[in-house]
Amino acid sequence: MILGYAGKFLEVDLSSEAIKETKFSDEILKNYAGGRGLAAKILWDRLGDRWETVDPLEKENLLLLLTGPLTGFFPGGRLCVSGKSPQSNGVVGSTVAGEFGVELRCAGYDGIIVSGEAKKPVYLFIKDSDVELRDAGHVWGKDGKETVTALTRECRELLRTRYPRFGEWKEPAMVYVGPAGECKVRTAVVASKWSHAAGYGGYGAVMGSKKLKAVVAKGTGPLPEVADMKKLKRLIKSVCKEIYGNELWRRWGTGGGGYQVGADSSSEPVRNWQDEWHDEKSFGVDKFENRVWIKQYWGDFGCPTTCLKLAVVKGGKFKGAITDNPDYEMQAYLGPNLGVFTPEENVFLASLIDDLGLCGIQTGNVMGFAAELFQKGILTKSDLEGLELKWGDVEAFATLAERIAYREGIGDLLAEGTYRAALKLGKKKSIDLLPYAVQAKGISIGAHGIRSGKDYPEIISYACSVQCGDHTSTTGLPLDRGEPMEIFHDSGVYCNFNSFGIAKNGVFDFYKAVTGLKLTRKEWCFSKGLRILQLQRALLLLGGPDLKWVPKVHDDNPPRFYEPLPNGPYKGKTADRAAVEAYKKRYYKAVGWDKNGIPTAKMLSKLGLKDVDKSMQKLR
Amino acid sequence: MPPKKEPIWIAREFSRCSGCRNCEIACSLFHENRIWPDASRVTVFMLVPGLEFPHLCTQCEDYPCVKACPFDALSVSRQTGAVLVNNEKCTACGKCIDACPGRIPHMHPKEKHVVICDLCNGDPQCVKVCQEGSWNVLRVVDRGHNPFKLYARKPDEITRDLAAKIYGETGEEYL
Repeated sequence: MILGYAGKFLEVDLSSEAIKETKFSDEILKNYAGGRGLAAKILWDRLGDRWETVDPLEKENLLLLLTGPLTGFFPGGRLCVSGKSPQSNGVVGSTVAGEFGVELRCAGYDGIIVSGEAKKPVYLFIKDSDVELRDAGHVWGKDGKETVTALTRECRELLRTRYPRFGEWKEPAMVYVGPAGECKVRTAVVASKWSHAAGYGGYGAVMGSKKLKAVVAKGTGPLPEVADMKKLKRLIKSVCKEIYGNELWRRWGTGGGGYQVGADSSSEPVRNWQDEWHDEKSFGVDKFENRVWIKQYWGDFGCPTTCLKLAVVKGGKFKGAITDNPDYEMQAYLGPNLGVFTPEENVFLASLIDDLGLCGIQTGNVMGFAAELFQKGILTKSDLEGLELKWGDVEAFATLAERIAYREGIGDLLAEGTYRAALKLGKKKSIDLLPYAVQAKGISIGAHGIRSGKDYPEIISYACSVQCGDHTSTTGLPLDRGEPMEIFHDSGVYCNFNSFGIAKNGVFDFYKAVTGLKLTRKEWCFSKGLRILQLQRALLLLGGPDLKWVPKVHDDNPPRFYEPLPNGPYKGKTADRAAVEAYKKRYYKAVGWDKNGIPTAKMLSKLGLKDVDKSMQKLR
Repeated sequence: MPPKKEPIWIAREFSRCSGCRNCEIACSLFHENRIWPDASRVTVFMLVPGLEFPHLCTQCEDYPCVKACPFDALSVSRQTGAVLVNNEKCTACGKCIDACPGRIPHMHPKEKHVVICDLCNGDPQCVKVCQEGSWNVLRVVDRGHNPFKLYARKPDEITRDLAAKIYGETGEEYL
């Protein structure tokens, strides 16, 4: 057995209520690590032969909750959520911060594979090796905060009754879905605590479709045994030391971005990306810090950065709204993207989005899309059941968010996410609405634009990513600085923010200290990580059942990114189509995709993926 | 000869806690050479998100836990003032937990004895890491005449207080 793993996974079939333990071979763990990599492998092995017919929101899909060998060891614990994505119809490794991954590993499991569909709402309760499905009827329909409150109370009471001699039980960790997940909204999240979310991929809808309200875990054991504890302690210390010196991330997290990314780099979504520049000082980080942040440092297991900030609105119309930061993505998508420029309104919307179990990025994007259609007269007040979706009207957007979460009226259409909504509504209105859909292959683009050329994503970063619009999985060349490294973070399952600034091979030093296995950046990026990338690419291109991607058409930026920036210091700048095509060509070659964007037989055979090659033949 | 150590106290400012649990990691690494939150002598409770705080022995003036032990397994370190557990003598009966006004001691998750903060022989690791990261929730001070026992409260009570401070009137509904 490889060190650094608990060694077992839970298999939970909700249809038959069967719960059993399973293991993966050392070979698989060596090649796919955990999290995102292992998810791609599991999904390929179990669903690959009929992928195109698997409906992500039907019971044949799998919901994967996976940790990785570095979870709990590399500072900043996370969990990777995956399955067939109801957004891209491919595989997304969607990670969420919190204590759950650590509790699960302390309970003796590296992950959970959920299949089938429960007859009535249930939640899974794990206390070390005691695992049971429990009735969730009383929390079905409850929002995020209500769910966390009720299940924390209930499960602590269970622990207290069953193990009365332990002392005071710390609360178990939990991941759950809100009303949006229950209603199979494609922009729904798997949430943790009150405001952390695995958003990209839309796995809240998958969890909701399985009628699985929550998974609650309490593990009393230690994290798995490691190969070199002395070395590991040294590495943890060195990461912490590096981070303690980083005032920017520690003090403001990404919360400085709401103003800065607009004002300085001109790459922030403003009014559905009609602009990427604003200079609204009312949205400055000083305003957040001084008006709404009541905890300057807030974080999750083992994190030295604690980049989150607890934001609470203490008075006025939005009194009682609570969220984390909001971080840059939530600031941007539930702020300038909707024409909102004050911290209190932004916190209010973020808090509501949390409660409903929606993804702030995907939902902020689809609401911006709807508001632009309203601005242009394409969506009317009567289409919106009386809503006037004016930029900056937070109460209108709040109502819309609720309608999306519960799939009411126009919300039912927007709950399909920006791309599907654009297709459906476009058909109804007989207008091409894709020019207003700022997304890539079904996944709305993170809040970092490419037009100014001043932000980190490059002109093909979203177009060629196997996780599409996901700003945490952008790609580019050279390959060892592109998507394979993001795959490593999501497969080791830890917070990549704590890897900024450490030595180039630092994360692989961690891997060695934990597992005892030598792994170089080159070996990962050009072999193991690349193999995972090909699996994700293959499954993305197989797609289905409702949508399919054709690289020639869909390996592209949203049309909006080819419009010139209308304002600001980079006015007139845009993505150059010829440059995109040229870069794409180089990228295809580097990752081993043919001119049509399909992984080549040569590359697949080099990586030992002959069975994938077989399924790619029909696409070539 | 090394300088004589004076008894110390870990002063705590709960409402600053980030919930990072680096204190639990440091504690369990020091005492167990593993990352083992449930074996840590300090527990970061987060019964309600945002209301995190470290729960650890406050060394009450009258040491009710030591008095309550029927097996003479607990003693007070003359050097640091910490409660020391004799693992051989401890039978895991739980009387010390019941005697503690904050129900702070808890069982070791695998071995048959209770665990209580031993102040790391005068150099508490939890404080070190909390200071290094400048969260400053925990600080070492002279034992002096601090309100030790007032800080020995049950997790639910502390949470309730923090709810009032942090979330105001809306806090109560999350408990």
